[in-house]
Amino acid sequence: MVTFTVEDQEGNRQEIEAPDDMGLSLMEILKASEYPILATCGGMALCATCHVEILEGENELGEATDAELDQLENLPEYFPTSRLACQIRISPLLEGAVIKLRGEDN
Amino acid sequence: MITTDICIIGAGPVGLFAVFEAGLLKMRCHLIDYLPQVGGQLSEIYPQKPIYDIPGYPEIKAQELVDNLMDQIKPFKPTFTLGERVDHLAKQADGSYIITTNDNTQVHAQVIVIAGGLGVFEPRKPVLENLDHFEGKGVAYMVKNPETFRNKKVVLAGGGDSALDWTIYLANVAERVTLVHRNETFRGAPDSAAKVFDLANNGKIDLILSANLKELNGNGKLSSIKLESKNKEELTIDTDYLIPLFGLSPKLGPIADWGLNIDKNAIEVDTRDYSTGVERIYAIGDINTYPGKLKLILCGFHEAAIMMHSAFKYVYPDQKLSFKYTTVNGVNAF
Repeated sequence: MVTFTVEDQEGNRQEIEAPDDMGLSLMEILKASEYPILATCGGMALCATCHVEILEGENELGEATDAELDQLENLPEYFPTSRLACQIRISPLLEGAVIKLRGEDN
Repeated sequence: MITTDICIIGAGPVGLFAVFEAGLLKMRCHLIDYLPQVGGQLSEIYPQKPIYDIPGYPEIKAQELVDNLMDQIKPFKPTFTLGERVDHLAKQADGSYIITTNDNTQVHAQVIVIAGGLGVFEPRKPVLENLDHFEGKGVAYMVKNPETFRNKKVVLAGGGDSALDWTIYLANVAERVTLVHRNETFRGAPDSAAKVFDLANNGKIDLILSANLKELNGNGKLSSIKLESKNKEELTIDTDYLIPLFGLSPKLGPIADWGLNIDKNAIEVDTRDYSTGVERIYAIGDINTYPGKLKLILCGFHEAAIMMHSAFKYVYPDQKLSFKYTTVNGVNAF
């Protein structure tokens, strides 16, 4: 299991514990935790509705991939540590990270 | 006014297949979609992605499935209103409905089927304080008729394919085109990006890189835009129009106000026939929800078949429905 912190659109923080051996993505865990993200494309890095900003832990998680940048650059606003949650695997790299939700919530 | 038996809102895979199921029961369909093409998410978001869970197809590309569905429903001569959003629904004295779109197209139908997927794909809006103030008064989110911009000053914002394509197109139409992009490079098609750089180098357009939209100004109508560069320098440019092109994002849209039971952006339905709580209105595909719901195309196909058998009684109130196999009866075209 890994533990990380999620900050929602209103700034409320909550610690989340997730299994790191089930091949899940951060987007799937956020949805399962009932956060209001659309994840329109279902995890194909094709819609940017699971946009998150990595507030802490960006060095471990690494930079956005080309596929993510293709989407992020289309958004009206994104940040130096923006990622798509669907492209982040739940792995020990997430331990202690702080993730801020930036996707549209409705 | 368009008259039909069934009006299907949403021309994605499930809406398209619903035409086939309706056709087998001799019911005609008209489809309305806000996107300019059929296929919904499949054509708009992932046309070249393979799908592996369509029965009978070990693998099929999304656009290929849409093309096949269009072939399959051809015998039933569906009609389409594309690029328009359904705004109003008016119940008639006889129980039927008249639907009105944002462009005032009217459709009279006995039954309404909402196959709206994730909702209406609406343009993503930049975060600017007084943006709504200038919508329709200088700010346009799509280029419906390029002639609107003839001999006008136009600012486009964005770095994707549509921003590049429209910049190239409008360069020959507008008095002056300015493209504002927040980065130094474009991720859109390399050919288009090269063309845009060429146009800028030849003085045909203004290209402002590493800059963001900051503020809109004008008295009742847009007249200038303030930009901010990455190193916080400000620049004001005079313009008649701003076209922000930041992609599309799905919203439930006006359907939310139709008195249906909505749970987390989905319409609650009765799994016996995928009817909503409102008589003659059904919801199928990704837009509905019920215990055990799976958002799969194949589940939407199943829902379409069952739903159309239920809708038969409204289209042919005096006839008895008899269930038939296509293998026995074939497909009897209209």
